Amino acid sequence: MAKTLISTHTADGSSTSIDITSGIDDTYSVYEFHYVNMHLQSDGERLQFQFNADGGSGFNENMTTIAFLASHGEDDSGGSLAYQGDFSMDQAGTDARDQPLGVGIGADADQSISGVLTLYDPSSTTYVKHFMARSVHPQNGDEARDHYVAGFINTTSAIDEISFRTNTGNIDAGTIKMFGVS
Amino acid sequence: MANAVTKVNGIAIADIAKISGQNDSDLAKLNALEFTGVTDAHTLISTSTASNATSIDISSGIDSTYDVYMFDFINLNAATDNTTFQFQVNATDGADYNDSAITSTHFAYYHDEDDSGTSLYYDTSRDAAQSTSGIPLEHYVGNGADESISGRMWLYAPSSGTYVKHWMAQFFENAQHNAAYGTHVAGYINDTTAIDDIRFEMASGNLDGLIKMYGLAKS
Repeated sequence: MAKTLISTHTADGSSTSIDITSGIDDTYSVYEFHYVNMHLQSDGERLQFQFNADGGSGFNENMTTIAFLASHGEDDSGGSLAYQGDFSMDQAGTDARDQPLGVGIGADADQSISGVLTLYDPSSTTYVKHFMARSVHPQNGDEARDHYVAGFINTTSAIDEISFRTNTGNIDAGTIKMFGVS
Repeated sequence: MANAVTKVNGIAIADIAKISGQNDSDLAKLNALEFTGVTDAHTLISTSTASNATSIDISSGIDSTYDVYMFDFINLNAATDNTTFQFQVNATDGADYNDSAITSTHFAYYHDEDDSGTSLYYDTSRDAAQSTSGIPLEHYVGNGADESISGRMWLYAPSSGTYVKHWMAQFFENAQHNAAYGTHVAGYINDTTAIDDIRFEMASGNLDGLIKMYGLAKS
């Protein structure tokens, strides 16, 4: 499982998104995006992603997705595992929303979100494109959240761009590294 | 990276486009020899092997070299039956693996060998709320000769002096009560001081097994 670091993207607080518009092609069949300490400007908001197909414009591909969440408070409150159909966490049919990786992300000085998104065979022109992600973060109410997201981009066109973005406010800081897996 | 392979069957590496249908750029090694110019961003930092040890302490190699650390756990076998595999950390200003508070989530799933039961459930008895004790990663660990646990854990930016430290893990075992048993555990070390040590141990008794620590390249 050799990994090759393709590119590194660092947020500087000036934008709501990090768009990766090169390096996603037929060189690799598996791509991993590791996001580390993504700190959002606005408290309690979401880090999301969307794709753009080759030759398309705008990050607005149709996706069908699933999501579930484990959470537990620092004060020992809660402690639950549940499918997440709210907060636009799952999508179906012609939904082409931004797909959340985490919701309710705390924006205190020491709070952020980290995780990994794996994308399979984005250059295929035969199959829809599968992806899955796991993210961990402190929620703005001081609980640990372990988010799972998976789904497919419902297009047989090649995917060559991805955008990581917030639903509101800028990304203050954080790093996204894109690896190809041989 | 060493320029270890110069020719294959007398053909210069530069003249070889593919080997068994694989692009040469996708090949990291050939018979354990490295290719020039092929950079594996997935670096093995250390291998820790335990034989009837009280714990596996990794006290070097966790620093600012990498932002993403990955631990692979391979066949960890307990000396004591029906125990829990757990971890704790030291910050650079801490000792004895009991100073950094950790909050975690914990869910599990199983299937009995005799097909008598299955379940997927959140485990409120094994999640942690600002705990400085060992954080459970897998339970019902058996001490049978063929019983062990394996899994993977990610630790993010342990050297950060700004953020709490995120981690997430997944384990699987053939449990002591004859079941296929898995856990998914995640959370954060609620400490903005850099973390540089990590301890893995059984809650009771010694352990055997192997832990490999990898770093993902920063550049």
